[in-house]
Amino acid sequence: MTSAAYQVTHLDALEAESIFVMREVVAELERPVLLFSGGKDSIVMLRLAQKAFAPGHIPFPVMHVDTGHNFPEVLDYRDRRVAELGLQLVVASVPEALASGLVREPADGTRNRIQTPVLLEAVEKHRFNALFGGARRDEEKARAKERMFSFRDEFGQWDPKNQRPELWALYNGRHHPGESIRVFPLSNWTELDVWHYIARERIELPSIYYAHDREVVERDGMLYAVNEFLPARAGEDRFKARVRYRTVGDASCTAAVRSDADTVEKVIDEVAATRITERGATRGDDRVSEAAMEDRKREGYF
Amino acid sequence: MSTETLATAAVAEGRPMDLLRFATAGSVDDGKSTLIGRLLYDTKSLFTDQLAAVEAVSAARGDEYTNLALLTDGLRAEREQGITIDVAYRYFATPRRKFIIADTPGHIQYTRNMVTGASTADLALILVDARKGLVEQSRRHAFLCSLLRVPHLVLCVNKMDLVDFSQEVFERIADEFTAFAAKLDVPDLTVVPISALRGDNIVSRSENMPWYEGPALLHHLERVHIASDRNLVDVRFPVQYVIRPQSTTVTDYRGYAGQVASGVLKPGDEVMVLPSGFTSRIAAVETADGPVAEAFPPMSVTVRLENEIDISRGDMICRPNNAPAVAQDIEAMVCWMDETRPLQVGGKYSIKHTTRAARAIVRGLHYRLDINSLHRDESATELGLNEIGRVRLRTTIPLLADEYRRNRTTGGFIIIDEATNRTVGAGMIVETP
Ligand SMILES: Nc1nc2c(ncn2[C@@H]2O[C@H](COP(=O)(O)OP(=O)(O)O)[C@@H](O)[C@H]2O)c(=O)[nH]1
Ligand SMILES: [Mg+2]
Repeated sequence: MTSAAYQVTHLDALEAESIFVMREVVAELERPVLLFSGGKDSIVMLRLAQKAFAPGHIPFPVMHVDTGHNFPEVLDYRDRRVAELGLQLVVASVPEALASGLVREPADGTRNRIQTPVLLEAVEKHRFNALFGGARRDEEKARAKERMFSFRDEFGQWDPKNQRPELWALYNGRHHPGESIRVFPLSNWTELDVWHYIARERIELPSIYYAHDREVVERDGMLYAVNEFLPARAGEDRFKARVRYRTVGDASCTAAVRSDADTVEKVIDEVAATRITERGATRGDDRVSEAAMEDRKREGYF
Repeated sequence: MSTETLATAAVAEGRPMDLLRFATAGSVDDGKSTLIGRLLYDTKSLFTDQLAAVEAVSAARGDEYTNLALLTDGLRAEREQGITIDVAYRYFATPRRKFIIADTPGHIQYTRNMVTGASTADLALILVDARKGLVEQSRRHAFLCSLLRVPHLVLCVNKMDLVDFSQEVFERIADEFTAFAAKLDVPDLTVVPISALRGDNIVSRSENMPWYEGPALLHHLERVHIASDRNLVDVRFPVQYVIRPQSTTVTDYRGYAGQVASGVLKPGDEVMVLPSGFTSRIAAVETADGPVAEAFPPMSVTVRLENEIDISRGDMICRPNNAPAVAQDIEAMVCWMDETRPLQVGGKYSIKHTTRAARAIVRGLHYRLDINSLHRDESATELGLNEIGRVRLRTTIPLLADEYRRNRTTGGFIIIDEATNRTVGAGMIVETP
């Protein structure tokens, strides 16, 4: 038997690993939920979930932590996908949490950090004990240390110095009531892998991932779309630019990049050639301090 | 064209790019981080904002050179203490392969992290400083790689620039290591003289060492033959999940989902299901994209059988004439990973083996192994953190097990503390009845 015939590509290997991880969760943990933001990674995760359980339905609901600062194209996409797949959508709403007093609006107006208590409250209310997240290890240095199955205590906290060893493909999802597991099926994917997969699977994305003309301002060296959540500041010059989004987060702190890439093939070429990480290029929230991500993750953020 | 662009071209042309996972090992200051930084840099996988962040931190701390270790030491505590505590994962690609690097810490107190990184590795890189030669850690890391059955080992004799690129120094270290590795039953060993700092023999052959006739390190990483490391002989399909849609459009569907551990499964093959021992034939092997002619590792598929037999998660599909042992008495090498309580004879634990969960009691500890001298201490009564020993277990239900040396998937298991739910041990089955 020649082994040369039994080759798989790296994308097939990544897909097989992610599907295995999703099936493990459903087999071992009673109440999983998939974090679905309408961003490309969560969209790829949803496709993998479809594949893992076909011809059956995806056997868990999806949850969106809604900061209230959304790109309309992304919300439309979210609702369309959820309807097509017949999924149950749980919305953990930051505006509602602001109204009820669970969280307070931060002085700088960005709602990244206050998502965490809102997420944790929804997890508690629905008694979810496994949360699929689309985070990848290539995104950020604290994420490079994450396990595939990441244990969270009853406060949703991550303890990076005390993680469970993760051997072979033997994932340990055991936990006590109130504790939970975050699961990252895309851990070993890079941004480029995600785009190759989107191309291969012909996955539709919200239009803002492709080049379009938009009114922007330049702030801290990044281009931000001017919208109701992010008005131009006094003295800031508004101008039209051809841009696309590399990541989709809170509309008040996610920047666009200059781009002419209006097809998936062009995006792949662009991503392959870029010399800046996607978070470095687009996320105001990660610039706060050297360990901004680690600190947010410890509190229960993804 | 950058290597990433070439990688893109390879994918676009449908040229298969496969995946190689490797772990790095070596003691502090042997140049691991420099080597990883160099591999990432030379394959254009290092981003300017990452580099700028590292340079800024390095400068602020008064480091004399940009400390590339900060690239992989991503946690606050690691940066503060200047050590690597936990495995960090890094990614890069060339036109031939995508690579996943598990950068594992070198200290003895992090043996468990080294074991973790090695458990999934196709290849391990062990670095030594040419000026110092083999040290205790080089031997320990080689031993752990052989225990975990990492199929390919590469000894990188680093800092050759500091020994005048001396062939004699290199050969002395290479010979000593090769002799040691022979005792360990290392299947494939390659030795490369490098300078991680200067880039000698990293992506291209060094002009400073004309006497070295082997390939540059990256060339070896790109071409080392890993396809035949997989076991394509013994059919082992641990059933992970039973797909039985409750729907009006799909009726009477029953499929067994899982990832092929070893062997090749094809429609028409006669199979046996353990532990029941019932036999049937494969009716179809399916994926969400349609049926496939055959399934082999590492594919995740759904297998359908001709007969309705009672099968659930934790069962194993194999062949009537080639089956794993069905065993409740297990002999295994165990690496203990818990700092709070040692493994003791009489201790009861949960274990996870393939997709099967069981409870186990430790019936005996034959010996504890000194991983530096390989001496067996038969008077040992327990295994503490990072200690390795040979253990006999009795399980509540039979395991469907192979020897680890024959099958890394059906031969490995983890031990879980029932009170804390933590993963406290890694087991490798050495003998099945
Ligand atoms: N001259 C020389 N110095 C090196 C080489 N590789 C690493 N170093 C230096 O050795 C020191 C330790 O390297 P580092 O990569 O941090 O080692 P690690 O602890 O194994 O990660 C640093 O000062 C490096 O610049 C080499 O090939 N030649
Ligand atoms: Mg280091």
